Amino acid sequence: MWIAMLIVFGFVISVIWTVFSKGMKAMSWDMISKLPGGGFYIGKEGGFLNAIVGSLYIVGASTVLGLIISIPVVFFLNVYLKRDSKLAYTARMAFDVLFGVPSIVYGAFGFTIMIYFGLRTSLLGGIIVITLLIIPIFIRTMDEATRNFPGDILDASFSLGATRWETLRVVLRQIAPGIATATLLSIGRAIGDAASVMFTAGYTDSIPTSLSQPAATLPLAVFFQLQSPIPEVVDRAYAAALVLTVIVLILSISSRFITNRFSKNKI
Amino acid sequence: MIEVKELNVHIKGNHILKNVNVTLPEKQITCIIGPSGCGKSTLLRTLNRLIDTTEGVKLEGKVLVNGQDILSSDADVTDLRRKIGLVSQRPCPLPMSIFDNVAYGCRINKMFNKRRQLVYQVQKNLKAVGLYDEIRGRIRTPAARLSIGQQQRLCLARSLAVEPDYILADEATSALDPISAKTVEDLFVSLKEQYSIIMVTHTLRQALRIADHVVFMYLGEIIEQGPAEQVFHNPKEELTQKYLAGAFS
Repeated sequence: MWIAMLIVFGFVISVIWTVFSKGMKAMSWDMISKLPGGGFYIGKEGGFLNAIVGSLYIVGASTVLGLIISIPVVFFLNVYLKRDSKLAYTARMAFDVLFGVPSIVYGAFGFTIMIYFGLRTSLLGGIIVITLLIIPIFIRTMDEATRNFPGDILDASFSLGATRWETLRVVLRQIAPGIATATLLSIGRAIGDAASVMFTAGYTDSIPTSLSQPAATLPLAVFFQLQSPIPEVVDRAYAAALVLTVIVLILSISSRFITNRFSKNKI
Repeated sequence: MIEVKELNVHIKGNHILKNVNVTLPEKQITCIIGPSGCGKSTLLRTLNRLIDTTEGVKLEGKVLVNGQDILSSDADVTDLRRKIGLVSQRPCPLPMSIFDNVAYGCRINKMFNKRRQLVYQVQKNLKAVGLYDEIRGRIRTPAARLSIGQQQRLCLARSLAVEPDYILADEATSALDPISAKTVEDLFVSLKEQYSIIMVTHTLRQALRIADHVVFMYLGEIIEQGPAEQVFHNPKEELTQKYLAGAFS
């Protein structure tokens, strides 16, 4: 057991150490504040602001879209359907399957659809595929949080003379940690995924100004620059990996923090 | 005083309460007794119209609270529920601190303008249920951390804080350990001077200990009602005699 623990911890530390030590070499303010100069495969100048902005665009938009689609589904599963409903059971199983589907499959699926509609790689394509990718995560995590909701809270609130609206706020308070965890988990998955955006969002050197333009993302900035024969470019890949790691670390730490903070009031 | 007249309740086609006529006296403890599934809880939930949240429910008849029919369409349900507090079987604190739990009802009903008044109200009611000294210094901590017995007393304090006229208790002690149950039971007895308490219980011994007035129900009908003394020691109906003798439960 101890050996297994040591292996796991050693692994985590060496990953972070590798990314930090190699990434810090090329890391500079320019890296995160400037656009690349001279092509992503061989260019040594500038930074990768385009990838950071591209990633944030895609993640932000798909998180909002994902929430808009998932919340009604969770609501439907838990409020409208009965506990032993066949439809709910099938739906939950379907989401579990979708949860496990590798992201490259989502990428390929998105790519096929885009070809069908005659779309080129674009910000919109990336957003749609990432949304599809994170919806199962959203639904399953929020579903767990809502399923165990104690119905007595509704009675308790109503019997004190609360209106429906006031009661809804109590309900939200109870399930808020679940929603927060779901959101941060999804963002973590969405921002780090390379395979699904490769064919759908594409890659570019500029910041997209419309939904139909291709958009760069951080994982792909790592992917492409790491293949370069030029050592300086490879270092830039590690710098991009560093930025990505830091973002994901911040997200997961804050998700822990938020969950702990809010769930202390949970019943 | 609450008067129930010719009340019929159907839930999804099932006739749950059949032609119920009950008078519930003021400033007394009324115990509703009867075997499981006889409609005790349904009757209780009709009194503050919490029954409205049940799916497929149809109500007929009249329930007069202080002379006003609460089943009529122009009744103010929110105000009614403020006047009639409910303590449920399992304690259910709201997901907030101890203080906020008690203050919640006062806040949504906009009872006080000044914070000082609100704090006083919360303290007064926590003292009334004997929690104040137990939780001193922890009033801002989550209510979910209290023990089950404490949570139930908190729920009672929360109901009292909105200054109701009636308190409904749905087997309020059945989920508690014997000592907590005793504490809560004693609380009800001490509160009956200020509030009218209507209690559903299926432990006969509890009813024997604390009831002033008893309503016996069987299969959705009222079999017998009257002062506890008379119902327990001199029941008129054969069914009541059998139930009290333990022939069925």
